[in-house]
Amino acid sequence: MGVVQMVGITKRFPGVLANDQVNLELHKGEIHGLLGENGAGKTTLMNVLFGLYQPDAGQILIRDQAVTIASPAAAIQYGIGMVHQHFRLVPPLTVTENIILGLKGRGLLDVKAAERQVKQVAEAYGVQIDPGATVRDLSVGQQQRVEILSSLYRGAEILILDEPTAVLTPQEAESLVVSLKKMAEQGKTIVFISHKLEEVMRLTDRVTVLRAGRVVFEALTRDTDKAQLAREMIGRDLVSLRAEQRNRVLVLAGAQDAVPAAEPVAPRATGAVVLEAKAIHANDDRGLPALRGVSLIIRSGEILGIAGVDGNGQHELAETIVRLRPLQAGQLFVANEEASNWSADDFLQRSTGYIPDDRHNDGLILGFDLTRNATLKLFRRRPFSSFGFLNYRAINQFTGQLMDDFDVRAPNPFVRASTLSGGNQQKLILAREFSQTPHLVIASQPTRGLDIGATTDVHQRLLGERDRGAAILLISADLDEIMLLCDRVLVMYNGQSMGELDTHTADMQTLGLMMAGTPHSGAEGAGGVV
Amino acid sequence: MTTREQVVVLRRSIDWRALWQNIYQAVLSVALSLLIGAVLLAVSGQNPLVAYRSLWSGAFSSVDRFTETLVQATPLLLIAISVSISFRCQIWNIGAEGQMILGGIASIWIALTFAGLPPAILLPLSFIGGALAGALWSLIAGLLKAYAQANEVITTSMLNYIAVYLLAFLVHGPMKDPAGFNFPQSPLIARALELPRLVAGTRLNLSFVIVLLIVVAALLYWRTTLGLRTEIVGASRRVARQIGLSVALTIAVVSAISGALAGVAGWGEMFGLHFRLIEEFARGLGSLGIVVALLGELHPIGMLVAAFLFGSLVVGGNAMERNAGVPFALVDVIQGCIILLVLARGYIFKSRRSTR
Repeated sequence: MGVVQMVGITKRFPGVLANDQVNLELHKGEIHGLLGENGAGKTTLMNVLFGLYQPDAGQILIRDQAVTIASPAAAIQYGIGMVHQHFRLVPPLTVTENIILGLKGRGLLDVKAAERQVKQVAEAYGVQIDPGATVRDLSVGQQQRVEILSSLYRGAEILILDEPTAVLTPQEAESLVVSLKKMAEQGKTIVFISHKLEEVMRLTDRVTVLRAGRVVFEALTRDTDKAQLAREMIGRDLVSLRAEQRNRVLVLAGAQDAVPAAEPVAPRATGAVVLEAKAIHANDDRGLPALRGVSLIIRSGEILGIAGVDGNGQHELAETIVRLRPLQAGQLFVANEEASNWSADDFLQRSTGYIPDDRHNDGLILGFDLTRNATLKLFRRRPFSSFGFLNYRAINQFTGQLMDDFDVRAPNPFVRASTLSGGNQQKLILAREFSQTPHLVIASQPTRGLDIGATTDVHQRLLGERDRGAAILLISADLDEIMLLCDRVLVMYNGQSMGELDTHTADMQTLGLMMAGTPHSGAEGAGGVV
Repeated sequence: MTTREQVVVLRRSIDWRALWQNIYQAVLSVALSLLIGAVLLAVSGQNPLVAYRSLWSGAFSSVDRFTETLVQATPLLLIAISVSISFRCQIWNIGAEGQMILGGIASIWIALTFAGLPPAILLPLSFIGGALAGALWSLIAGLLKAYAQANEVITTSMLNYIAVYLLAFLVHGPMKDPAGFNFPQSPLIARALELPRLVAGTRLNLSFVIVLLIVVAALLYWRTTLGLRTEIVGASRRVARQIGLSVALTIAVVSAISGALAGVAGWGEMFGLHFRLIEEFARGLGSLGIVVALLGELHPIGMLVAAFLFGSLVVGGNAMERNAGVPFALVDVIQGCIILLVLARGYIFKSRRSTR
């Protein structure tokens, strides 16, 4: 009855057993959740099914026939489509052009006919997209729809989605869920890779949990619950973890002893102003205004959260502060020094840390090994180099130390950064940025795409830095994260500040309104003068 | 001093598998090219065994011929090192030939103009002049790329043309030897300036030793902060900017270093072999040097081996033409095959590296 059966799949990478004797069965018309922490082997397993990797052992049966899936092209022949975390689209081409890209035609290209067909497929599954739009101009959520449509257009019966909601706004995620349910109703089989428990509970029919490359649990979704799944996923109890974390936050927040969670906590006294932005303006990559007069203040020992729907200037705010993006108007001050005309080098020479949102392209050089990545910002200084020559001994030792301190899991420091899981990559970045005890940290979406274990690690590191007295700017699309970690939250909308709230007293409804573009009464653009 | 801390010494171990893979792919490329050449020989009615025997003996059978192979390898190796530094920075500098020509022109000009200076000063001066001229010529394209985003493939190849015709103009005009029976060449430099021969009676000279020293320097270069900087800018301009490196400055510096090395190659040809400016002394060396760089995987030792191989092909090819009556064009065909196979080896030899 299974459309796809994967039997005893084993896949090894140098130093890692990514899949160990994994069995997985997919049924027609079901949404199957594949759950697990980063590095648990979910993506590897699906890459095997999609023909990107060949298994070292095991067998794949499609409609009860043993098959060898030698390449993604073969997978598509078998009706398997996959939407990766990182999209594979050509930005200057239109939606339709991207979808028909690589398909065999009869010489002449009838774009109009193709557009009509794309439209038909889109309508059949309730996917809203303009087939003639240029992909470059689409939001991330829309680009994802193009990827999905591209698979459906090729006749995919089995659709694999790798962490599809990690990059979406709540609204976009909602509309994806509706589309996916519709596809399942029409007989498509959907594999939904995720580590978000709520989504899995809400969306899937069955769920399989992977841990350290093995299947540790499988069940009908209605027969299980979040707590059980979380336990299976991380091997410890999520509830206690959350409670622990929250308690830690409260303790850090000024109450010396354990405080009952219900009791409101007085705002902590904070230190000197470390970062001040006065009505700053900046443009996005296309040269259009992205920041329009944002003001903010962060003091030593506090975390200021930047909330807002993705794409409302948060990315540009981070890049402007770290001086990667020119300031069009306004002023920046770092520790009472005017920073408006600094270069990126000036900024990082003043003991600051920056955790960029795009860790693959901005945070790391994936082709470099861990030692080089760990010392990217330090190799020009002693003891990592002297008289222009690199000191490998110091570099290797430092990297080994960082890996120990920050629990970066890799066989050795000389593997490429690309071989690490997302969580370990991010831990390496944190290790690098925090190793020099920065007094200012700009963290942009530091937990995006990470699993619960790695997320908790990142959270505790950020709190630890705050404890130590660092001023932290935390940009996050995850409101829970902001409420959990931040002392104050500034909401951005359309390149402007909608005002600030104290997270101890803020309510979700007000925040929601601000995120939708309603300025908080009397606080618009005023910055954080408490 | 009382407590002994446990120090874990981390060492990078050599990736033997990758190294082996590179070597066997390179060897296979060359072997396959020779096989294709053999088929061509057979088709044209020649005996491939006879031809290859004369190719082999032409390159290696005597001290004379072996040293000549090294003579041919010398400029190739230097140019390969020159371009490898650019390539690792993702600067597609194909202007080594022009830079080499400028190096030759400048060093000869210095030797002729300041002929009154003692050789102990004049020789180093000509060396520096050659390096500087190559660096400046390369900097034209480097600065255009760094600050105006001009495509270096176009600018460097255009600069090659300018250099070639500048050289032709000089040896036909201003620098022509008045006592040279109207040949397009400059006067000879002083005897004392000629680089000493390493083996008497052969053309092998000091420039070969200098190139070996430069190989060592290149190995060391990748262990310097500047070398790492070169690689970071090559790997990701975005990350480079983010960690406070000036991308433009790095491109300019790397261009200058590349150009200087190519300029030295010109100096070596002048003071070691020709002792005067002649037309076309650099002909084809630029592009062949690039092939050597690619075949050697941009690694100094790899390029050393590749340069030796190409040197022997040139010398052996000449002998094959003389002794077996096989046209030298066949060597060009074999070289072309090697180039194609080297560039396409990833597809041809199906090494599925699991990159994740």
